[in-house]
Amino acid sequence: MVSGHQPPRYSARRMSLPNFDTSSDPGPSFAGLLGQLGQSVRYDQTAGQLAAPDATEITHGTTVVAARFADGVIIAGDRRATSGNLISHRTMQKVFPADRWSGIAIAGAAGPALEMVKLFQLQLEHYEKVEGRPLSLEGKANQLSQMLRNHLPAAMQGLVVVPLFAGFDQHRGRGRLFAYDVTGGRYEEEDFVASGSGSLFARTVVKLGQRNTNSQDEAVDLMIRALFTAADDDSATGGPDSMRGIYPIVAVITDDGYAELDEADVATRFEAVLSEFGNQLRDDDEGAQQ
Amino acid sequence: MSMPFYVPPEQVMKDRADFAQKGIARGRSLAAVEFTDGVLLCAENPSRNLRKISEIYDRIAFAGVGRYNEYDQLRIAGIRHADVKGYTYSRDDVDPQALANQYAQMMGQIFTHETKPLEVEILVAAVGFRREDDRMFHVRYDGSVTDEDGFAVLGGEAESMRERLAASYAEGMDAATALQSTVSALAGEDETLSAEELEVAILDRADKGRCFRRLENGEIETLLG
Repeated sequence: MVSGHQPPRYSARRMSLPNFDTSSDPGPSFAGLLGQLGQSVRYDQTAGQLAAPDATEITHGTTVVAARFADGVIIAGDRRATSGNLISHRTMQKVFPADRWSGIAIAGAAGPALEMVKLFQLQLEHYEKVEGRPLSLEGKANQLSQMLRNHLPAAMQGLVVVPLFAGFDQHRGRGRLFAYDVTGGRYEEEDFVASGSGSLFARTVVKLGQRNTNSQDEAVDLMIRALFTAADDDSATGGPDSMRGIYPIVAVITDDGYAELDEADVATRFEAVLSEFGNQLRDDDEGAQQ
Repeated sequence: MSMPFYVPPEQVMKDRADFAQKGIARGRSLAAVEFTDGVLLCAENPSRNLRKISEIYDRIAFAGVGRYNEYDQLRIAGIRHADVKGYTYSRDDVDPQALANQYAQMMGQIFTHETKPLEVEILVAAVGFRREDDRMFHVRYDGSVTDEDGFAVLGGEAESMRERLAASYAEGMDAATALQSTVSALAGEDETLSAEELEVAILDRADKGRCFRRLENGEIETLLG
């Protein structure tokens, strides 16, 4: 490691403590490190030669939504995964912490999406450990953009992944939201974002109640209404499942960091929203009969 | 072509060892102790930027003394080893002993084969879920490894420090007592070290994820009492 006569790239001969020449050192990038070790994750090498897979054979994650509120950002996602017309998983997690101050939510082909989340989390952690300080929120958002760009060839073959990224920007002292497209396009939004098959319905609900000055309680209720409406109108989005005790995941990110809400808390709030909808329907019925 | 003089291998090794030891002795020392809630690492280090102690993985920390550029390179190699292993297998499969062995291999290799041995000593410390599962591996410039029990001391005046720490160390200390005895061992007879001159970090046993945490000056002062 001190002298110059070592192989320029990592090899098995250099044992498994990855150490590089200054010219080939991947720096704080974990993806770069995997590339140097010949372990990079790519679907495109073979994907180009294969026929596009049948959509019914690929597991898809559906609706995720995020919005700003007074103390930061809130991010939520349903739990259903579908393969074509079938429900393949009822308890899928689509909202994840990216690091202490940010979160990522995914919609699209579940396999590549979960791999992207895993790699993204590691990329941020690796940078933080090697450099001794975390990436800026902007830097994190750009990292995700690059990962999506690398994934584009696979997306063209049908393995589309569309994530949302939200975090608390400590330099600016406020929450920030980022939406993406399959090409790696990164779009910062001021108020709210949604992605996935039920996003159209979720977005409409959020749009009506969204204030960047909302309290955390108001923001949570808004997310719950949005996901309930998405599940009500989109068959691929899962609603609250009180029979099995499965509820959407809701996480808030503030100056204190990323925190997921208790499932019991989410369940109670869902019940309140459901009974409110139920009352409305009953009132409408009674009104019609009179 | 001129014929090199014959130098017996004993002499070569001794010269290299002397060279490395001299380099290490020039730097300041460092100590680590196991206490009830985890492992505490403490170094005499006036710099807030050039760290001697850092995080490797969820439950593993790294500490180095000697030449900064050399142990920093070892630190980064360790982070890479741990992150790649955790990515390839699982986070549970990253263990301190394998890492210490890798360090030992690398440092031993450099000691015998490269132009100059590393002028560093490092410590791989890991906190277990139970106290008896805490681990500390001390790796020296020549690749020799020691499995330390309870506490470890690295650096120039390690011998006298070890004696002082051995006298004050007791199993089941709390964080304050652990830090106090470590700092007085580092400072030496009739000397004191202030929070500004110390770099302190803890591997917190109770933490479920990344257990490594640095202590701020205020926190160090409170613990020192």
